[in-house]
Amino acid sequence: MTRLIVVRLLFGALTLWAVSLVVFAATQALPGDAAQMILGRDATPQRVEVLRDQLNLHEPVAVQYMQWLQGIVQGDLGTSYSNRMPVSEVLASPVGSSLALMGMAALVATPVALAVGAFSALRRDRTFDHASSLGTLVVASIPEFVVGILLILLLGPGGLDLLPSVYSRVGGPDQWVLPVLTLAFAVAPPIVRMMRATMIEVLESEYVQQARLKGLDERVVLWRHAAPNAIGPVAQVVALQLAWLAGGVVAVEFLFNFPGVGKILMDAIENRDVPLIQAVVLLIAGVYILVNLLADVTGLAANPKVRVANR
Amino acid sequence: MSAPSKTDTVPAAVRTRGAGLLRTAWGFGRTKVGVVLTGLIVLIAVAGPFVAPYTPTEFVAKPFETGADGTVFGGDNRGRDVLTRFLWGGWTLLLLAGSAAGIGVVAGAVVGVVAGYQRGWLDDALMRANDILLAFPQLIAALLVMSVLGPQVWLIVAVIAVSHMPRVARVVREATRKVIEQDYVKAAEAIGLPRWRIMAVEILPNVSSPLLVELGLRLTYSIGVVAVLGFLGMGLQPPTADWGLMINENRQGMAAQPWAVALPVTAIAVLTIGVNLITDGLSRAAIGIDRGVGK
Amino acid sequence: MTRDKAQDQDTTAGETVLAVDGLKVIGRPSDVEIVSGVSVSVGRGEILSLVGESGSGKTTLGLSLLAHCKRATRISAGRVEVAGKDLASLSERGVRELRGRAVAYIPQSPASALNPALRLRTQLGEALHDASLSAAEAVARMREVLREVALPDDDAFLTRYPHQLSGGQQQRVAIAMAFVGRPDVIVLDEPTTGLDVTTQAHVLGTIRRMTREYGTAGVYISHDMAVVADLADEVAVMYRGELVERGRTDEVMSAPEHHYTRQLLRAVPLLRTEGHEDEAEPEGEPLLRVSGLSAGYGRTRVLEGIDVSVSRGECVALLGESGSGKTTLARSVAGLHHQFTGEVLFDGRRMATSSYRRTAEQRRRVQYVFQNPYEALNPRKRVRDQILGPYRHLTGRPGDPDAVVAEALERAALSASYADRFPEQLSGGERQRVCIARAVATRPDLMVCDEITSALDVSVQAEIVQLLRNLQDGGMALLFVTHNIALVSNIAQRVAVLDQGRIVEYGPVGRVMSAPEHEYTRALISDTPDFQPALAGTSE
Repeated sequence: MTRLIVVRLLFGALTLWAVSLVVFAATQALPGDAAQMILGRDATPQRVEVLRDQLNLHEPVAVQYMQWLQGIVQGDLGTSYSNRMPVSEVLASPVGSSLALMGMAALVATPVALAVGAFSALRRDRTFDHASSLGTLVVASIPEFVVGILLILLLGPGGLDLLPSVYSRVGGPDQWVLPVLTLAFAVAPPIVRMMRATMIEVLESEYVQQARLKGLDERVVLWRHAAPNAIGPVAQVVALQLAWLAGGVVAVEFLFNFPGVGKILMDAIENRDVPLIQAVVLLIAGVYILVNLLADVTGLAANPKVRVANR
Repeated sequence: MSAPSKTDTVPAAVRTRGAGLLRTAWGFGRTKVGVVLTGLIVLIAVAGPFVAPYTPTEFVAKPFETGADGTVFGGDNRGRDVLTRFLWGGWTLLLLAGSAAGIGVVAGAVVGVVAGYQRGWLDDALMRANDILLAFPQLIAALLVMSVLGPQVWLIVAVIAVSHMPRVARVVREATRKVIEQDYVKAAEAIGLPRWRIMAVEILPNVSSPLLVELGLRLTYSIGVVAVLGFLGMGLQPPTADWGLMINENRQGMAAQPWAVALPVTAIAVLTIGVNLITDGLSRAAIGIDRGVGK
Repeated sequence: MTRDKAQDQDTTAGETVLAVDGLKVIGRPSDVEIVSGVSVSVGRGEILSLVGESGSGKTTLGLSLLAHCKRATRISAGRVEVAGKDLASLSERGVRELRGRAVAYIPQSPASALNPALRLRTQLGEALHDASLSAAEAVARMREVLREVALPDDDAFLTRYPHQLSGGQQQRVAIAMAFVGRPDVIVLDEPTTGLDVTTQAHVLGTIRRMTREYGTAGVYISHDMAVVADLADEVAVMYRGELVERGRTDEVMSAPEHHYTRQLLRAVPLLRTEGHEDEAEPEGEPLLRVSGLSAGYGRTRVLEGIDVSVSRGECVALLGESGSGKTTLARSVAGLHHQFTGEVLFDGRRMATSSYRRTAEQRRRVQYVFQNPYEALNPRKRVRDQILGPYRHLTGRPGDPDAVVAEALERAALSASYADRFPEQLSGGERQRVCIARAVATRPDLMVCDEITSALDVSVQAEIVQLLRNLQDGGMALLFVTHNIALVSNIAQRVAVLDQGRIVEYGPVGRVMSAPEHEYTRALISDTPDFQPALAGTSE
């Protein structure tokens, strides 16, 4: 088991490295010259030349990549073109906000989704099950920003006027409600479906039938025999959905003007702020890979066949 | 009772062939609803430009004006007719999403079948490359490329197709692995049928159900990504009439002129719901059919 | 209440503890009768066997003894009495208290019926149902039962998970789990399916001994007449939900009254240890000669130094249990398994390891029929195309395709009307015939048959064996792979016995059956249920 996890970790690191290569290569393909970009069109050629030297732009691409990578490993993400501040400083507060947003969405969505899924499985083919199945199907199909806009149209200033639709520095805590709700709606449906499917599969398995035929109490059957076998797949889906949040947060933050990494990324793209773009994409991909890895390891750990590999 | 011979209880002479995937899927009520919803939006998108009262760039009202003379839903952020722009804005979305999903699924199917059947180093190489592609969230990958190379139509299609490919390949590879466990593939190998023919004749038809389901799923996602790119201003560029872009342009005036946002948003929602309902019908049918024939 | 009760029960042997009266189970919502009006009873220490082919309702009946109905079925009439209690009168709680204490169930496949996430200690312990026992007493009781089913009783074993056991061990754990609570009635649902004969013999012995010692009434569900003849005191034959015959085992075996019982008995391949004609050793160059073959997967060797030959028109059996390497050998001959060394000569010419490097003629003349007919036909192709595909590839475009298909089907004893069907429209036996038709269409000289009857009901199995005999009479050579020694004695002229990748005995069937030289062969013969119904000679 430890070996398996180490292998996964190594592979995760390898993937992250490959991603860094792609990100670096992509931004290298940008037309124009970084030094020129920073200083703007009016800069004198001398100043551009000096900055080029500072940025090591005369070095071969491979050397530039190594220096960039080295910097990242040491926590130096470069300097933002647009406001000349270190990228790590620019990102500090938005990363916190985004994590808070994602965390709240996960905290809202996961327990509700698990409960709805489990209840659907126990009420299989009854009204509640049909309703939740159709509901999750509909919500799962709509792109998250569309969900957000529909919520704004319904609850925002144009509709019932219950909640603010745009985040502002002076706003109260109620401005978090719509972004969190939007993300929660986007995250929940797959968890509901997986929970339901897994519960049904486990409840119909021969070992649960056998447990019932052994004359065990229904609570024992559910908690001792069914639950441990359902944890693995469900935990994996929960983790995958959390990983999805890392990317899905961009459009939602843009919509609500929420000051997180997504908004920073969109601004950076607008300003062609290469170091910032690189850092944010790498950060999101990193979180994505890490949480995926976590999903993998959870799946392994929940499986006794893997946990007890010595025969 | 041994599972394989369970079917023996049915008298052989009267046995009829089970309905195919499409027919079984059609049997579900929600599939029909899905077809109607999808058909409605496709109709608007295709026929829209022909029935639009104005041209999409004509100024007919003040910005964000509702109830202007000669308009049904008023004017948009620059005073163009909302209804006209709505009627014009659908076909680009359908075309881009459709071709991205189509290309992605075909490429993914090829990679998946080859990787699943050939195994060995080719499988390893393809799947490792897959994992790296999968490490990018779909939207982030698209944004990265768009921000670097600039928003271009072919690029949108290519990026979405490439981001679909590994996901489709993974599913098809799993399905292929199940099929090649079956002895009819070994029977074809024993008589020396060429590998490419085994893949085309024995394997591909037997992974068509998951493939069709995957096509529906990818179409839903493609619509979402194309729309969100437009919404973020990284898709089609002004002054094109495009649903995603319309939402971007008009969201500032949402309180005063909700129609300019509500129309395209509703259309996108109805379309994705419709496609997903069809996909759900297909996947239910596929599960049912696999259960009946699998043993 | 531990030992004494068991001894009490010994003295009261014969007292009826299970009585089923006019039981009727219907399927919902179609109201099909799955079990119609069945009455049986069993006494302490006795075993009643419910015999029938798949779909006869025997498992449904067995489960109803635990007051359990599968999804979409329900008991519509009749009563079941276990240890004096009418199951219908019990509350949900009463049913729960009945299960595991008064009546226990041993499932067909313990691999899926043991919970993969729980240790054996937990699973055995919760079947004990005796709150008065201290933890130490409970463990002592578990150890006792484990010893009784011939499993290790140490702590290390108790902390294992089910996946760490072999198939035979899993089945014995299931038996232990059923007996640990000292039930009055025990329902066994084909508990030896998928086990080797040697393991099966041990498991059956354990069951027999335990029911006697515990004074438990056993209900043994099976499709295998040979096993039943050995084990049961009483037999009840089920056919399409009805009980068609019931009586003492020896009486039913020697003088069956119902024609279905007779049919079932006739279909069982008899282990013929004598009466084989002395076959002359085949002369001249054999059609297939395998010499010095060793094969493996990666670094694991599964076959070592194999020498086998098949002459024209001869049937040679490869006999072995699962894991003996018999299928690997068959696949090597067919060119499906490449990792082997040694020589495979066909008609005097050396064959390449992979089918892709063999000549088209070699591929045409050696055909392979697979074990599971449910997986051997492409579900998307009609029978006609299943047969014509290989034909076109190996012999070219036929002048009259319909005639080719019709002839192939006829040789497999199917009418030409089957050509337009899809596999899902065929029963298991019909599918296997189509597989045979596909193989014989190209007029091969050698057919490799890999356990081709093991997925089929006995009556269908008998028909397929007859079909193979006819093909062999027509000049076809057969390499017949099987785990069933009784089948070997009925079809093959020579037999090679495989054990752990080596041939331990090889010779004419008559000699091997009557005077086996290797102890493994002797064990195989003695472990196979001895089935000699008097009926063997009678005919209708």
